[in-house]
Amino acid sequence: MSNALVKQKSSLFHDNLTSFLFIVPAVMIFSVFYIYPFCDIFKLSLHEWNGIDLQKQFVGFDNFFELINDNDWWGSLWHAGFITLVALTFQNLLAFALAFACDRELKMKNFYRVVFFIPPVLSEVVVGLIWTWILYSGTQSAEHIGLLNYFLDKIHLQHLINNWLSNPKTALPCIAIVHSWKGFGWGFIMFLAGLQTIDRQLYEAAKVDGAGYWGMLTNVTLPMMTPVICVVVILTILGSMQAFVLIISMMGNGLADYTSVPVTQILDAMVGSKRFGYACAQGVSFGLILIMISFSVKIVSDKLKKI
Amino acid sequence: MKTNKYRMLQLLGSVIIHAFLMVAAITCLFPLFWMFRSSLMSLDTIFTDKSIIPAVINFNNYVTAWIEGGFGIYLWNSILYTVVVVTGIVIISSLAAFAFSRLEFPGKNFFFIMFLAAMMIPLPGGFVPLYVLMTKLGLANTRIGYILCMINVGLSMSIILLKTFFDKMPTDLEDAARIDGCSKLRIWWHVGLPLTKPAIVVIIIFNSLNVWNEYILAQLLLNENSLMPLQTGLMKFQGSHSVDYPVLMAGLTIAAVPIIFVFLAMQKHSLKGIITGATVG
Repeated sequence: MSNALVKQKSSLFHDNLTSFLFIVPAVMIFSVFYIYPFCDIFKLSLHEWNGIDLQKQFVGFDNFFELINDNDWWGSLWHAGFITLVALTFQNLLAFALAFACDRELKMKNFYRVVFFIPPVLSEVVVGLIWTWILYSGTQSAEHIGLLNYFLDKIHLQHLINNWLSNPKTALPCIAIVHSWKGFGWGFIMFLAGLQTIDRQLYEAAKVDGAGYWGMLTNVTLPMMTPVICVVVILTILGSMQAFVLIISMMGNGLADYTSVPVTQILDAMVGSKRFGYACAQGVSFGLILIMISFSVKIVSDKLKKI
Repeated sequence: MKTNKYRMLQLLGSVIIHAFLMVAAITCLFPLFWMFRSSLMSLDTIFTDKSIIPAVINFNNYVTAWIEGGFGIYLWNSILYTVVVVTGIVIISSLAAFAFSRLEFPGKNFFFIMFLAAMMIPLPGGFVPLYVLMTKLGLANTRIGYILCMINVGLSMSIILLKTFFDKMPTDLEDAARIDGCSKLRIWWHVGLPLTKPAIVVIIIFNSLNVWNEYILAQLLLNENSLMPLQTGLMKFQGSHSVDYPVLMAGLTIAAVPIIFVFLAMQKHSLKGIITGATVG
């Protein structure tokens, strides 16, 4: 080999090395704090471990078999499903209606945009604690303490007064509604952005063809909005299924049988009953469920786009 | 006649639209107003007085929350974590994104796909092995441990967003700088960073919100009051038997007001930033 070639090769190596150094900090942090825990969760899910002992007991797939027969687990999935269903229907329909109302020449449009996005920037802890205070049940000197019950009392709807968060029937719906209150601003902004990209001429053309408001909505707006709607649906499902801080901040440990969701179950297995392996098995199973859900939504949406 | 009727209908329509939007806006704002109002009351009146503006206004709850409730420390911790984590994310992710977009080295695609995959795979319960790891490393209950975890949380999304942004940028300036003999690091600092300013604003806003509002990792990793951010400080009220509601409301106001003000001050950037951040995945 000639001297020049060796020199060229070593300078190429040097060049590659300095380029590689740019991603070293990111790769290091990512390997330690993401990849290692990612692998560890699968390993731990095959063990029985209290988080303290040096010895972990290998149990194979026992944790997963136990999970299949765990009624609390299935209950928690149903609760998360319920919250997601409310978010998909009530929250997103509201968001779409508001965006549709805003999609025109309108005074104070920016005011609405900003105000609707205030709940989403607040933390779940703050939102949960504010609403716990409003939904407070109980009386002092014959007056209702919580604002909602007080209000119902004053407008003579006494029969609706309720122990909102301590009644098993209303606790989960209340959580779902507060979750929607916090979340609808997201959908609103995304729908509005989508609506504003629709060419006005399409509406004009539909009008010339004799379409009414309903016809324009179903024949112009909705087909044009399909991609945006799909993104919102996937984000809503992933976000609502995994929401749990709101539940902790509203319920504490109360009524777990009626309001627990998969992530609070995982936390409970870890912090409460000190079963780290079981908590990891729940995490792995729930992750797989979420992947399956988002894949099926993706497939359905691709089919819709083709129509 | 006909035009008159049409105008009437149009007017009616706009009244209905405004009424609808206004009701939604009030529903958004009123709970916050109620929080602030309740923070100005005393324990004697808060359970019974329902007037919109309380008869006696006292700011003592803020003093109590700040000193006895520890919210002065929590607020400082939240600010510290947010600033350090976001600065870390911006530097580390822009270095990596610059390399992924502009430089050549073996294994480039492999590493990039790794970050991309992390964005796609949801990992609920990832805090369990993370907690185990932090305890093993002796980083549980330390500021640096929490900061590194939170940097990792925002890293993938920021790298991907910045890389797509870099890809769209012309390379002329960088070529010129290279010909002038600038080192890669200086090109990144003097040309790359200024060029991607809009994307970096997005990353700053999205991640600031994330860090400021983060709860579960702080709750699991930090036990000492002196290390806790606002969210975990607030949660101490949940579950204790006799909650001092006026002080809690003052604490909530302390936690909510900074983020609302930052959002309002940067609203044009914020809305865009948060939406782009959320849809990158």
